[in-house]
Amino acid sequence: MNKVVANADEAVKDIESGMTLMLGGFGLCGIPENSIAAIVRKGINNLTCISNNAGVDDFGIGLMLQGKQVKKMISSYVGENAEFERQLLSGELEVDLIPQGTLATRAMAAGYGMPAVYLLAGVGTEVAEGKETREFNGKEYLLEEAFDSDFAIVKAWKGDKAGNLIYKDTARNFNPMMAMAGKITIAEVEELVEPGELDPNFIHTPGIYVHRIFQGEKYEKRIEQRTVRQRN
Amino acid sequence: MALSKEQIAQRIAQELQDGFYVNLGIGIPTLVANYIPKGIEVELQSENGLLGMGPFPYEGEEDADLINAGKQTITTLPGSVFFDSATSFGMIRAGKVDLTVLGAMEVADNGDIANWKIPGKMVKGMGGAMDLVAAAKNIIVAMQHTNRSGESKLLSKCTLPLTGVNCITKVVTDLGVFEINENGFLCTEYAPGVTVDEIKEKTAGRLVIADDVKEIQL
Repeated sequence: MNKVVANADEAVKDIESGMTLMLGGFGLCGIPENSIAAIVRKGINNLTCISNNAGVDDFGIGLMLQGKQVKKMISSYVGENAEFERQLLSGELEVDLIPQGTLATRAMAAGYGMPAVYLLAGVGTEVAEGKETREFNGKEYLLEEAFDSDFAIVKAWKGDKAGNLIYKDTARNFNPMMAMAGKITIAEVEELVEPGELDPNFIHTPGIYVHRIFQGEKYEKRIEQRTVRQRN
Repeated sequence: MALSKEQIAQRIAQELQDGFYVNLGIGIPTLVANYIPKGIEVELQSENGLLGMGPFPYEGEEDADLINAGKQTITTLPGSVFFDSATSFGMIRAGKVDLTVLGAMEVADNGDIANWKIPGKMVKGMGGAMDLVAAAKNIIVAMQHTNRSGESKLLSKCTLPLTGVNCITKVVTDLGVFEINENGFLCTEYAPGVTVDEIKEKTAGRLVIADDVKEIQL
């Protein structure tokens, strides 16, 4: 099975304005840099993006915000982004803030074929407003629906041509969830190999969830908070 | 003398027990890792997908793929493990994390906490805070006792939008240590040089002073 596409532009060619995209990454860690660049080049707009964060002003989803391509963000934390703040305050951008675990689990539910899950996070807060609740063992839970999206875009460390993926370190984060949740899932990888080269015991995302795969041209991998200790 | 941020962290570190899995929030809670008592082994959980978080890397050894929930570059330790975000919040939700330490803007005497949103100000989001406070069984808040205007952050009812309800078990401030029970804040310890009267004056929520209240030992 060969799911390889030539490059990022080829991978995102049928993403259209108005669609809902799920993107992997935590902060700038493990984000699909090459696919984001291709979406920026494509110039589509009115996108709804489901992603834990919204990048920074000049990197990640921040680049799509600069191009006014995003209509709505569904995220858990959107700090570190002045253009985001400007668009939000001016009413150009909608934002739906949801707890991080709820975000991960609603994506997971989509990948597991579950329409909804009961979660505790946000009970008694404004997150619970308008949501159906149910009591289990004396505790109240919120009914949270699985995400519905058109495309999921993820970044992995290594992948094979059949779409099997391995992530590196904490760059794994939301990527496996998002990969499983997409109707069409695009994976970009640092290293694309032949089937058989990855040990089946150590594959994180089975290729059945991945529809298109390509090796990213380059990875900038920007660090948000460079923190070091002194050598003594 | 009220406690410094480092001393608040140092006092909270006394709550650690051997074998604990611990999630430390951003700010004062992060400092707790610097005061883990000798002879006690704990594993730090970072909710972006790591158990067994190590110290910051040496200069030149930073790796963009290896960060903590505050997006800081970090390292691993022998026995560390990476996992995805659903697994991370799964272990939090299932109560596998023994202790969570986080900061707050307000705590109420029934255990409610507000720490994510100030109406009228730019909202950045709750991140993992709502998931953590909803699920963790043992949550300590580390914060200053009063805000910049000198008003109590220990209240009878939170005024800011809530992060979680009836969930905080203990608060350590620059003035003292407070357990939360059905009678409100139970002051069990006071900072060196801080009087019980000062604590009474600066606490807006229901406050009970423990019979055996004592000075914080660091």
